[in-house]
Amino acid sequence: MHELALCEAILDTVTRRAGGKRVDRVQVRIGYFRQVVPNSLLFSWELLTEGTDLAGCGLDIDHVPAIVECRSCGAHTNLDAPILVCGTCLGSDVVLLCGEEFLIASIDPAREVF
Amino acid sequence: MGRFHRHADGTVHQHDHAHEHDGDHGPDDRDHGHDHDHGHRDVGDHTGYPETGTDRVAVLETILAENDRTADRNRADFERAGVVTLNLMSSPGAGKTTLLKRTIAELRGRVRLGILEGDIATSLDADELDGLGAPVSLINTSAGFGGECHLDAIMVRSGLGDLPLAELDMVIIENVGNLVCPAEFDVGQHARAMVYAMTEGEEKPLKYPVMFRACDIVVINKIDLLPHLDFDLDRFLANLRAVNPGADLVQLSARSGEGIEQWCDWLVGLRARTAVAASDRP
Repeated sequence: MHELALCEAILDTVTRRAGGKRVDRVQVRIGYFRQVVPNSLLFSWELLTEGTDLAGCGLDIDHVPAIVECRSCGAHTNLDAPILVCGTCLGSDVVLLCGEEFLIASIDPAREVF
Repeated sequence: MGRFHRHADGTVHQHDHAHEHDGDHGPDDRDHGHDHDHGHRDVGDHTGYPETGTDRVAVLETILAENDRTADRNRADFERAGVVTLNLMSSPGAGKTTLLKRTIAELRGRVRLGILEGDIATSLDADELDGLGAPVSLINTSAGFGGECHLDAIMVRSGLGDLPLAELDMVIIENVGNLVCPAEFDVGQHARAMVYAMTEGEEKPLKYPVMFRACDIVVINKIDLLPHLDFDLDRFLANLRAVNPGADLVQLSARSGEGIEQWCDWLVGLRARTAVAASDRP
């Protein structure tokens, strides 16, 4: 629902970082615990970039799974539900190692054509 | 259009991310069929992507960096004025506005309260709160694309000028009714509270984990309806604890006033627990 607002933020940052150069693709890294609907994000991106310097620029969404580390048994669990529990010993004393990312990772500037 | 690749199902990448790292990258991705690093505590050097052969430029900025910077400025302004700030969130109809009316009445004479009221299009909620003795600043979010579904730090900043911060102890920001988007945006608050009505069912913490994880306190509202509902409070609490083991809890009825003192005590305590209270205010 807020994908449009997120794309505005991505667009601002990429435009600033591109420094007037064309950009082919943008890589974003989004964790499992972020409620981003990929197709909405892609749709919003296309909508917002249209008519700007970034028109046609692709958006690559890198989904980061939620992985917890158990403080009791040390096991790592890749969560398939938003329940913070260790998949090995079922303990709930776990630390979230990743899955909350919300990052503009990198951009691919367009290659100069000679 | 961009491609997206889900890691959990082992989809092959279009571009290989393997590259040199100096930083500490946390988890061992043993659950995935590839060597891509997931960027936890990404502090390393990401400038080299030798396999791609492209001139990829590392950015490594959080998507909401601009929002977060503004949120920090808001927080600093609140703190300079000695004001503690609460971001109040819920789905539509859970009872935020009714709870605020009760809260204003209950805290009168104890805490000088101001309200920042976020609403998509109308001033209905702000009108309801007006004249109760707390200054209200209305932020309509309809300036965005047909109405934003959340308040962000910039919108809150635009509403700050209408509140006499120097004369206040606490500002409660009533967010737009929505269980998804508001949780993602830091608006410059010191704590987040969520109003949850018993009529919403037991499973919502699992369906909206970001919102439930973001809260410092969950206010379970409409307890006067409990005899008329199938609501299983224990199951709700178990679901809540599964996603947020540490949140404080208050059960109340904003309509009847039952339990309201406990909520107000929490608010008064928030002021004591937050650094702004350490300033040399009377």
